[in-house]
Amino acid sequence: MNSSRLLLLGAEAVAQGAIDAGLSGVYAYPGTPSTEITEYIQRSALARKRAIRSSWSSNEKTAYEAALGMSYAGKRSLVCMKHVGLNVAADAFINSAITGVNGGLVLAVADDPSMHSSQNEQDSRVYGRFAMAPALEPSSQQELYDAMRHAFELSESVKLPVIVRMTTRLSHSRAGIKRRPAVAQNPLHAEYAPERFVLMPHNARRQYQHLLDLQPQLEALSESSFLNRAIEGEGPLGVVALGVVAFGIGYNYVMEARRMHGIDCRVLKIGQYPPPRELVNELFAACKSVLVVEEGYPVYEELFRGYFGSSKISGRMDGALPRAGELTTDLVASALGVTPPETTAVPEIVINRPPELCRACGHRDLFDALNLVMREHAEHHLFSDIGCYTLGALSPFNAIHTCVDMGASITMAKGAADAGLRPAVCVIGDSTFAHSGMTGLLDAVNDRSPVTVIIADNDTTAMTGGQCSSASGSKLERICRGLGVEETHIRVITPLKQHLQENITVLREEIAYDGVSVVIARRECIETAARKKRRAAAKGE
Amino acid sequence: MEKNIIIAGVGGQGILSIAAVIDWAALDAGLHIRQAEVHGMSQRGGAVQSHLRISDRELFADLISLGTADLILSVEPLESLRYLPWLAPEGHVVTSIDPFVNVEGYPPVERIIKALNSAVQPVLVPAEKLAREAGGARASNMVMLGAAAPFTGIEPERLEAGIEALFGSKGPEIVEINIRAFRKGLTLSNANQTTS
Repeated sequence: MNSSRLLLLGAEAVAQGAIDAGLSGVYAYPGTPSTEITEYIQRSALARKRAIRSSWSSNEKTAYEAALGMSYAGKRSLVCMKHVGLNVAADAFINSAITGVNGGLVLAVADDPSMHSSQNEQDSRVYGRFAMAPALEPSSQQELYDAMRHAFELSESVKLPVIVRMTTRLSHSRAGIKRRPAVAQNPLHAEYAPERFVLMPHNARRQYQHLLDLQPQLEALSESSFLNRAIEGEGPLGVVALGVVAFGIGYNYVMEARRMHGIDCRVLKIGQYPPPRELVNELFAACKSVLVVEEGYPVYEELFRGYFGSSKISGRMDGALPRAGELTTDLVASALGVTPPETTAVPEIVINRPPELCRACGHRDLFDALNLVMREHAEHHLFSDIGCYTLGALSPFNAIHTCVDMGASITMAKGAADAGLRPAVCVIGDSTFAHSGMTGLLDAVNDRSPVTVIIADNDTTAMTGGQCSSASGSKLERICRGLGVEETHIRVITPLKQHLQENITVLREEIAYDGVSVVIARRECIETAARKKRRAAAKGE
Repeated sequence: MEKNIIIAGVGGQGILSIAAVIDWAALDAGLHIRQAEVHGMSQRGGAVQSHLRISDRELFADLISLGTADLILSVEPLESLRYLPWLAPEGHVVTSIDPFVNVEGYPPVERIIKALNSAVQPVLVPAEKLAREAGGARASNMVMLGAAAPFTGIEPERLEAGIEALFGSKGPEIVEINIRAFRKGLTLSNANQTTS
């Protein structure tokens, strides 16, 4: 009956929406919960037919800059990342709001409140305010799809990059999507515009003033956006007791709670920023009290309250909703005054089941060897990084002692070595090394810091599902040599049980070396290997 | 018609293929669907779950509210207990009795079943055994789907069509094994209901 609908994850709705909106290229580095956007485009037959550029970038900054270049050349480009990836791309992003864009440039960023798969729950809407660029925050998968075309059109009409922000639940939840006919891609039309794109002070000042001058127009556009609208309560129009400002996915929980518990309240749904001032004013004028529901930081609650506060407003800042973590219908219902239901308790015998390294994973053998070698030293700190090997922090390995941000393993080991810590050893994956490890290694070489860098090369970006790594295999040796690591201190080991003794020897020697050494522990990810095998078998049939 | 279903298991057990079949059938029936799943770190052997909501009216939330799940479908016994706070007073639990032991302190299966029995009237499914009888242990998921089918609000025939659609690319033999597995689960569940 409804076979015309596509069943898509929120992330996939972003991808399909972009393809159908005349996308010419997507640039991204994998990161949960954003990875599926780019993967969908890579798999899409239509994207292939349209020659949409889609392979992985080395990191979010290179991705963003390439997307800006494609926009400069007049085409529509999409750049995707997780929230913390935007920290890496922030320099490019903030300054692209100063230069402005040519072809539509959309930044799809997926935040991870509750930190299901992340090291913090920063709210990308703050970046939107920081850059003074428009941001969209659709509340459903269909809205995500529809918002992509709107985002590209908006980007081209105000000549600014546009953020499309979503959070884990929307990105990783499926719903039926109605497509619209796909539009053609933009023709190539690069323009010489050094007065915009050469951000020397005299140009930058003028461009910044232009961005400031655009702000009232952005607010006016929000007033009429299909993503922003008021939903009346059941009572007569005019003054009502309770109003709710519901941002993004918060709208879903408000509407669900309202229906489930028969709550009479007026709702202002906001999905385009800057917020529509008139609609907000109307709600505040009409309601005696206002609940602000935001998935993420209380960004606009804080703004609405003002420095001196307002007793009319409740939300995350006064405990009506928890200050941290993702929202649920239950939390919103409770903030609306509903008593929580009686529920069956979880029996005491239910123990936690944390994630773990796969049973035959090479990282296990690496950590087994490393633990034996490191514990020969009084100080056995192991600096590490972001990837599957981060699971080495958990039992039974308890092997790593830091994981902060992409690439920080090498640079923190270097700093600790500079402080006098011996040995200074770190573990980083091949993809993370390509993302942000190379410059740190160069620093260590330049400073002759006594560090041992172990590159766990499994030939893939494993944690996010096995995407292509920008640097693995013999390319890694060449990169390390090129950065100035001495050839004799670039060693390769195979993390397998039968090589345990020789691996221990190599690790012991390089950790003892008073200079920069690199040990590449090379064994293909078993998941990737199995997938390749399945694909080859399918082709053979 | 509105059904809230929690599908539970351990990362790597393939609960998403169960969700995919129900999704397909619900889409085919013209229903609204929301199906939230877990990607990323927890997929590596951790506890995972999928919230699946189907309805003939518009759905808003991707997540199921506490005390409103009509069905907990678990492919692992311990995991069936983890989501009891979501179960509606009249809700059903259908679980596999094959434990997936990858953590220390995993309780004996008898204690898990005792805890289940004291909370609900579960449908207990020897999924792996039935799947082997159907032609392969890997079809355990479809045994579980079959056992849960009477509580999904979707006709078994439509779910079978979903199995055909999703496994079709793997060849007719795989489709047949999975359909047989589905029917074994369904038969067990129907027998269970008439006796209880």
